[in-house]
This record gives sequence, structure tokens and C-alpha cells, in this order.
Amino acid sequence: MIKVQNISKKLGAKLVLDEVNFSLKKGGITAIIGANGAGKSTLLSLMARLLPLDCGQISFDDLDTGKTPSDVLAKKISILTQSNYISARLTVLQLVMFGRFPHHKGRPQKADHAHVAKILELMELDEIADRFIDQLSGGQQQRAYIAMILSQDSDYILLDEPLNNLDMKHARNIMQSLRKIADEMNKSIILVIHDINFAAAYSDLFIALKDGKIIVQGSVDEVMTEGNIELIYDMQVDIKTIDGKKHAFYYT
Amino acid sequence: MFLKYFFAFIFLLFLFVFSLFVGVSDFDLFGAWADEGDQQLILLASRLPRSFAVVLTGSALAIVGAIMQMIAHNKFVEPTTAGTMDSAALGILVATIFIPTSSLMIKMLIATVFALVGSWVFLRILRRLPVTNPLLVPLVGIMLGGIIGAVANFIAYETDLIQYLTVWMHGDFSGILRGRYEMLWLTFGLSLCAYFIADQLTIVGMGKDMAVNLGLNYRTIVSLGLIIVAMVTAIIVATVGMIPFIGLIIPNIVNRFMGDNLRHALPVIAYIGACFTLICDIFGRLIIYPYEVPIAAIIGVIGAAVFIYLLLRRDVHA
Repeated sequence: MIKVQNISKKLGAKLVLDEVNFSLKKGGITAIIGANGAGKSTLLSLMARLLPLDCGQISFDDLDTGKTPSDVLAKKISILTQSNYISARLTVLQLVMFGRFPHHKGRPQKADHAHVAKILELMELDEIADRFIDQLSGGQQQRAYIAMILSQDSDYILLDEPLNNLDMKHARNIMQSLRKIADEMNKSIILVIHDINFAAAYSDLFIALKDGKIIVQGSVDEVMTEGNIELIYDMQVDIKTIDGKKHAFYYT
Repeated sequence: MFLKYFFAFIFLLFLFVFSLFVGVSDFDLFGAWADEGDQQLILLASRLPRSFAVVLTGSALAIVGAIMQMIAHNKFVEPTTAGTMDSAALGILVATIFIPTSSLMIKMLIATVFALVGSWVFLRILRRLPVTNPLLVPLVGIMLGGIIGAVANFIAYETDLIQYLTVWMHGDFSGILRGRYEMLWLTFGLSLCAYFIADQLTIVGMGKDMAVNLGLNYRTIVSLGLIIVAMVTAIIVATVGMIPFIGLIIPNIVNRFMGDNLRHALPVIAYIGACFTLICDIFGRLIIYPYEVPIAAIIGVIGAAVFIYLLLRRDVHA
């Protein structure tokens, strides 16, 4: 259970988030959508304690992010930010093993190695596990970072634009893997995605932000209406139902 | 694997023993063994301390460079390109002026405080620099060091301490004697401390967001790292004097083939730092034998060449 209560955040003079409130049950995939600058990334960063809260309260299963020790939270929540430019030169295997750090504190056990091996296979990284991340393509790097976050094995996983740099095939593979992780391991995944159709295909819930406020929230079917999309993005799109699923046509 | 370590050890041992034989007065190990007066004195009072000092300094400076590069997220940072060395020298100068009777230990502690403040100022400035231009970082650091060095020079000039300052600013192992280098063993302890927090330092190198995500107290680790850096720098400036570039080139060379996982890389960095400094010191003693060139000059020349190579290299992963 995630509870976000009354959070506001000012960055400089700008009010980026304005009294945001919501709660989410454990499990499933929630997509945070909205135009550029709506406050999506700031919201994720606040939830993952990367930014200090100005006011309000955020809790995960009754662990208050402001009061719980950071190393305890590291086993409860994990986050992948958008700018994961890592200057340290590590191999994929080392990077993913560092995701286990909250569990092994520097002394990896058998269970950690087994978990990392499983994640590497899931993310199709086992063949390039010993390559340095700076030798990889953008898509491979992105997959390595996601693998690292997944190996952290937290109950709540926050991903800021995880499909950056990924081609269609790998984007779909990642979303399928996330779906699997959410369903089979009962994890809660909250992500920011720009492609509304990708988000609709794999998410359970939508939270739509505009100018720092939640303007629409609900199940994918409820949010995917022409009226709502126009409200969120200030643009007109056609919503068509194909094989029982709603799709937004915004290409022309 | 074992064989590799074995040969690596033999190589270092060879350099170490060779270094014992380089010097103006004739010396042979068997003479010293048989306790023939002067021979043993030369070994115990001068040659051994010098070789130990070289090994300790080389490995500690290389490790300190690696730590700074993790903390600053920049591959071109080390004590001489971040104002740390100059700050330490200024600290010793200030200690000498205000507490002239203070022991070397007190001077070293004051120098540590100065080195800490200097590195902290450098990190503050770093935050304002654009990440997109990694080469700006060492340039700003060198300028900062230049300013601090100039202040030190002015004070030394006004107080007739220029000669002392010159000793601290220019690293030289020729003054190393028994009783005047033992503090360097502290750098060994500090290096062990660094190894103890190697994982945490690597995570700091992955960026603040990643460190917080993994549950690390980012500030604490950065502070611990900086304290190690400042103490090592202060000890080396107080005993040997400033030596540039070791902390820059050794971690960069190791990084090429081992990456930045300090748990694995730190021992190798320490080892290559020790070998490299030994070779440079032996070279400096032989090149104009029976006179010698200070180590700072030798490494300055070699280091500058490698530094330029690193700067011009195509794939700059700073």
C-alpha cells in the first residue's frame, strides 16, 4: 500500500507539485502520464526520497519515507531515474550485483548470485554480462540498469521512462517482463511512460498529472477517453477500440 | 591466477631490493648481514627507510587518486588537480608559523584540516560546472591549487620560510632517513580503511541518486573518503613533499583493463602505484649519478606526458 498525502514541491520559484494525494494498493503496474513538465519525474523522485519533501507525507506499507532509515527503504523501494549516466566503469554483472547491495552489504552470498543470474537471463544480458557498460549500446545499457533495479528485489519499483533508448522488440520484452514480475512476484511497479499506447497495453492504472496536479486517475479503460486525453495533453486524438483494447491515434 | 600474483610479488620484491643498492656509498647486502658497522647503518638508517617510503607513497597516492575520482565523478581529479596538495602545504606552513615548536604529528593534523577544507571548496565549485565538459574540472582544480599555492608562497616570503615551503612543494625521497619517515606507515592503515569501504566508494562513483536508491548515506561516505584523502595527502606533503600525477595516471591505467569496481581494482592500483614510483625513484637516482633528480621532477615529466595522452585520447570517459 502506497500512501501519498498532501505533497507539494517547489523547485526554485516554480511549484512543480501542488497538493498531490493518492493511494495505491500493492501489486500491479501503474503508469504516471502527462505532458512534459507536469511533475512526473519529481513525483517519482520524492517517493524514492531522492528529493526532500517540502510538506506532506509518503509511506510504503506504513514505512514513512521521511522517518525510515535509508538502508531499510532500499529493500522496500527502488528507483531508476532518467539520467542514469554512470561515470564509474563497471561490467554488467558488477552493476547488477550492486543492485543486491542492500541485501548483501558487500558480501554477496549464494542466493545473491542465483538471483543475479536469473535477472540477467530475464533481461537477455547473460551473454554480455562481462562487458563494460560503457562499451554497450544505449539500449543494452538501459536494460542493464533495469536489471540492476530488478535485482534489488524491492516490493515497490519506480521506473522513470524505462523504455528510453529501446527498440520496439526490447521495449515490448521489457514491458512483458515487468508484467510478469508484477503478476508472479506480486511487485508494485510505478512507471513514467510517454507512449500512451504502450502504457495502456501493459498497465492496470493511470495517474495523469498536469501542472503539478492529478487531474485524472483510474483504470486504463476509464482514463483512455478522447475527453480525458485532450484534458491531459491539450491535443485531440481518436480513441479506437481494437480487439477490446483502447488505442489512441495521434500520429496524424 | 596464483602464478600471476606470485610473479607480481617477485617483480615488486626485485624492484625493492634493487632500490636498496642504488646510492652513492658502496653497499652490499652480505656485508650488512654480517654486521660490518657502516654497512648495516646504511641499510637500516637510509636505504630501507627510503625504499619503504617510496612504496608507501606510491601506493597511497594512487589509491587516493582513485577515491577522489569516484567522489568527483571525474577521471582527471587527484590531489594536485584539486587543490588538495597545495592546501596541505599551506596548512603545514601555517602550523610552522603559529606553533613553531609543534611536532610533525600536530603539523600533519593541521595540514589535514587544510586539505579537507581545500577539497571541500573544490567539490563546491565542481557542482556549478557543467557535467558535459569533464576537462573543465581538472583545469579549475589546478587554478584553485595555483591560488592556494600563491597564498602559501606570499606568506612564506613574508616570513622567510620559502626554503621550507620549497621542500614541501617538491617531493623528494633523498631526505628520507630512519626517524623521519615512520609517519608514512599511517598511509598504509588509511589505505586499508579505503579498501574496507571500497564497495561504498564505488557506489558513490555511480552517482548520488543511485547511492541513495541503494540505501547509502551519500554524505557520510563522501566525507569518509575525503578524510582519507586529506590525511594521506597531509602525511605525504609533510614527509616527502608534493608529488603530482601518480594519483591521476595509475587509476586511469588500471581502469582501462579492470574497470572501477574498487573492491577488485584498489589492490592493483596500490601495487602498480608502488612499482611505478619505485621505478621512477631508481631512475631519478641513476640518471645523473652520483647526483639525483627529485622524484617530483621525474614523475612530473612522465606524468604530464601520460596526462596529455589521456586528454587527447578519443574515447574520453570522464
